[in-house]
Amino acid sequence: MTEPVVRAENLTKVYKMGDVEVHALRGLSLQIFKGEVVSIMGPSGSGKSTLMNILGCLDHPTSGSYILDGEEVSNLRDDQLAEIRNRKVGFIFQSFNLLGRQTALANVELPLRYAGLTSGRKERARQSLIAVGLADRITHKPTELSGGQQQRVAIARALVNNPAIIMADEPTGNLDSKVGQEIMDLLLNLNREIGTTLIIVTHDPKVAAQTQRVIRIRDGVVDTEAA
Amino acid sequence: MTLFQAFIEALESLNSNKLRSGLTILGIVIGVAAVIAMLAIGRGAQDSITGAISGIGTNLLFVFSGNEQANLRNVRPLTIQDAEAIADPFLAPHVSAVAPFIQGNNITVSAGGEQTRTTLGGVTPDYFGVRNFGVAEGEEINQEHLLGRASVALLGVEVAEKLFGRREGLVGETVRIEGQPFRVIGVMEEKGGGAFGSQDNVVFIPMSTARTRIIRRSTVNRVDLIFVKAASSQDVPLATEEIANILRARHRTEVGADDFTILSQQDFLQTVQTVLGVFTTFLGGIAAISLLVGGIGIMNIMLVSVSERTREIGLRKALGARKRDILIQFLTESSLLSLIGGLIGILLGWVIAYIVGQVATATGNAFTPAVGLDAILLATITSTIIGLFFGIYPANRAASLEPVEALRYE
Repeated sequence: MTEPVVRAENLTKVYKMGDVEVHALRGLSLQIFKGEVVSIMGPSGSGKSTLMNILGCLDHPTSGSYILDGEEVSNLRDDQLAEIRNRKVGFIFQSFNLLGRQTALANVELPLRYAGLTSGRKERARQSLIAVGLADRITHKPTELSGGQQQRVAIARALVNNPAIIMADEPTGNLDSKVGQEIMDLLLNLNREIGTTLIIVTHDPKVAAQTQRVIRIRDGVVDTEAA
Repeated sequence: MTLFQAFIEALESLNSNKLRSGLTILGIVIGVAAVIAMLAIGRGAQDSITGAISGIGTNLLFVFSGNEQANLRNVRPLTIQDAEAIADPFLAPHVSAVAPFIQGNNITVSAGGEQTRTTLGGVTPDYFGVRNFGVAEGEEINQEHLLGRASVALLGVEVAEKLFGRREGLVGETVRIEGQPFRVIGVMEEKGGGAFGSQDNVVFIPMSTARTRIIRRSTVNRVDLIFVKAASSQDVPLATEEIANILRARHRTEVGADDFTILSQQDFLQTVQTVLGVFTTFLGGIAAISLLVGGIGIMNIMLVSVSERTREIGLRKALGARKRDILIQFLTESSLLSLIGGLIGILLGWVIAYIVGQVATATGNAFTPAVGLDAILLATITSTIIGLFFGIYPANRAASLEPVEALRYE
């Protein structure tokens, strides 16, 4: 196997709530390889969300090491972390999180703007929208799109910077099962065609069943690994 | 993110909340409109008053008897001899001309069947040069008239029209002043209304004639007022000092107890400017309060906007926005909001100033409010700075949101 794209070792995360210390992660280690499709499951309170935030570089671990795409990111400053998120992580949210005032194209363009790109943004955003099958919805605003289409815009936005990993947080949670399956098919297709590394956080066993590997989290550590 | 993109996005965001944006900028609009209107009206008034005074001559001095600033007994009246002493080029080298003046109020002048009451001025030939008064027809009062105590009169146009119904072809006519016949030797140029009443409702006769036949004074050779023309407007302070020294010596006044007052046009100008200054400060205060309230309004709305858009901020951060990007986004929004308010305020202030100018013209006090480029620049820059200043706190709050918490925000 090649070098893993995600290598987390001994991650801990402690929240202080007043006098009480909450240990969300207690020395969690995991590896995810390039091109893998992995789901992360676990009951609420297991530390699943905390893990996702750390893997997505939205938060710092209290201790431990996290190497993303060959770069140690566990102790970077906020602005450096923002840059890592911009270059290496694509996010897909349960509630799509699109900017309602802007067109699909502008939404997909947003990460490229923060990357400081001055030219070719529109073309790359357009290509990304074509890749998710929304060639004819480029100038529509989110309110003019169905839930499935909105999630496709969000996927296009996650893809546009060619990130090392895509973090999907319950990507089918707000969609009915038929549309949800279409979104899963799209994600799996993208993985097959362009080799995107996918990390899907989910409650849904049907979603998890379609991934190559399920990582179960319980009490802040990896519980069992099932292929 | 470039500033230009931030600008476009801010416009879109403000545009999506038109009513709220509009109400938010009202405070700034009113404040800036007040500043612009105030500056324009103040400047217009100043221009018009300064213009009126400069028309009389900025090197003109008024010397009269009495002094309100000193507690005096035995005030000596001014006399012809005082005037002659002031005219001495060795004693007062910075004085170019002197015109003693006596005045009779409510003098009856009649011609044919018409009769009017007017102000009578007893003057010397120098008077016309000192006051910049000229005749429209005929001749001025000259030395010969003065020495001969001639019964000749110069009519102001208002008097001419009242008595004869015309202002031309009057030389050689006869008028009766307090019942005594005078020959008209000319008609004055029209002066228009001044700060001290109409300058056209007046009749001039030689001073000697006036003193002996119309205006009786208790003291021989007494004059009511001496007009002095300084060599130039820069020489006014020196001329004032020279006149004061001459009069102190002649009146034998105690130190610091001058029994006369010397006023220059510059004193009047200064008074006018002081009054306008108070007016400007007052309105400026109102404008400042309005701008402050407007700024707080902007801050308030920006805070609302930040908490409404917490998720959006979280998302932007997740997509790679740095602290600085968010800061710039919100600062652009608040300063743009304020700038737009400022621009609308400039227009509104302009309209108000224009209306005030029209009303003033309609009521006969013509002056033109002047909106200067400096006022516009000041208003634009001030409003932008207000937006920036009151936007700092909300923007900083937005920029320091934790992405994890912002994304979770409902």
